[in-house]
Amino acid sequence: MLKLETVWKTFNPGTVNEKTALHGLNLHMQEGDFVTVIGGNGAGKSTMLNAIAGVFPVDSGKITIGGVDVTALPEYKRAKYIGRVFQDPMMGTAATMQIEENLALAARRGKPRTLRPGITKADREFYQEQLKILGLGLENRMTAKVGLLSGGQRQALTLLMATLQKPKLLLLDEHTAALDPKTAAKVLDATQRIVEKDHLTTLMITHNMRDAIAYGNRLIMMYDGQIVVDVSGEEKKNLTVEHLLNLFSQASGSDEVSDKMVLS
Amino acid sequence: MTSFFNALPGAVAQGLIWGIMAIGVYITYKLLDIADLTVDGSFCTGAATCVVLVMAGNSVWVGLLGAALAGALAGLATGFFHTKCGIPAILSGILTQLGLWSVNLAIMGMKANLPMNVNNYKLLVSLRYLQEVQKGTRPFYQHPIFVVCLLTLAIIAVLYWFFGTELGSSIRATGANGNMARAQGINTNFNKVLGLALSNALVALSGALLCQYNGAADINMGRGAIVIGLASIIIGDVVFGKLFRNFGLKLLAVSIGAIIYYIVIQFVISTLSINTNYMKLISSLIVAVFLAVPYWQQTYTHKKQKEGKVC
Repeated sequence: MLKLETVWKTFNPGTVNEKTALHGLNLHMQEGDFVTVIGGNGAGKSTMLNAIAGVFPVDSGKITIGGVDVTALPEYKRAKYIGRVFQDPMMGTAATMQIEENLALAARRGKPRTLRPGITKADREFYQEQLKILGLGLENRMTAKVGLLSGGQRQALTLLMATLQKPKLLLLDEHTAALDPKTAAKVLDATQRIVEKDHLTTLMITHNMRDAIAYGNRLIMMYDGQIVVDVSGEEKKNLTVEHLLNLFSQASGSDEVSDKMVLS
Repeated sequence: MTSFFNALPGAVAQGLIWGIMAIGVYITYKLLDIADLTVDGSFCTGAATCVVLVMAGNSVWVGLLGAALAGALAGLATGFFHTKCGIPAILSGILTQLGLWSVNLAIMGMKANLPMNVNNYKLLVSLRYLQEVQKGTRPFYQHPIFVVCLLTLAIIAVLYWFFGTELGSSIRATGANGNMARAQGINTNFNKVLGLALSNALVALSGALLCQYNGAADINMGRGAIVIGLASIIIGDVVFGKLFRNFGLKLLAVSIGAIIYYIVIQFVISTLSINTNYMKLISSLIVAVFLAVPYWQQTYTHKKQKEGKVC
């Protein structure tokens, strides 16, 4: 489904801030895979997701989604295949537009935008049904501006928007990191339900090791722009946080594990 | 005071005409979140194109259409600088505006002022018509206020429809949150260019109406247009912001904002007998104050909170 072949990305080349964020990265995901991604700050997790989404062009390498080479496609064209939820709750929705307007925009992802009315009555009923799945009561506030919603509500809405048009690939960039633990659990729960319902191929970054173990059928750990740990199947089911830390220090050849990773 | 009341219909008519320009500015400033300075040039482009077309024997409608197209081209140029050359939006607008100075002169045959005698052409609006309707020698439906009112309502209706379509909504999303728009597959660069072209088409249309009203196109007529546009948007928002929630009504508020602006200007001119050359200074200061108020409110409450006076 998703294939990254020796992808390189260096930021600010030739300056003191030069940083090679992706180090000839290789990743191959099967259809229906739910992969969780962990790694310290600066390991290249977000860079990998943004490279897949096309936020910036990569220096070299090849990215294919469902057999389509998207390496040279701009971000808005790749959106046809990709649903995304960002870390920042402000980023995934348009605050000054209504809930139903946001959904209508998402419903047209990958399709031409014409001079037909943005929202029809049938659309409205469909969105209402979909909002019920979230269980947040948003179905009764369809014309409210999204700016009035809480961070958790916005993330849940963004999640719904990302999957309204079934994407070939769902990218979740620490989408619960900015939420309080209770809300985060709710959003993660909704994520699990939606991913299972539509059998979505999903790539989820998380700072929380327990979540990384609990969710998905495969876990990868990144270090210095490369994948250093890759566990799936039975092995993943039996993982513990302690075991994961061991794997990490073996793979990276150091005991250097960020406090944030241990604590979370 | 009597001179103020005598000049009132003229002020309202002018305000209405500039209101169309302000609606154009609203599209870039409010919907796309771009301060587009192209308008100072494209306003005159519209006027020049219209005068030249009408004096060449075309109907006034051809003149208006030509003006709108010329304005759209100006917006396209700014959009090109911004999206294809990576120049910041505000600087792109300034570049186009500067270039348009020469273009506008070229359109007018290298004359800084191109008069168009109202007696020789059938125009849509004119100060002369306004006076003649008041004297009773012309039917009321040729009154500039009536004509421009109809035109404004038609423009608002079309824009209301357009920004409710799939394409129009995607333009609003582009301005509201570019990241979200791209993630939803919206070509934000294309939408910015489209918005700039649409905006400047309206600005040029407004210029085409004003040159008919004044009976001349002048190379300086668009100077400070962006400030008048912003003033109209802000006045409309201050007066009707709480009342008008609907998009169509918001556009109407912009138009009324322009009328209020011109009535105030007329009032200042007729009652305080200020040299009209000071008007630009006064306008810019008024707009600066209005733009600063939200900032001041914020910092003031913040300070109070710090001092523990407001919980």
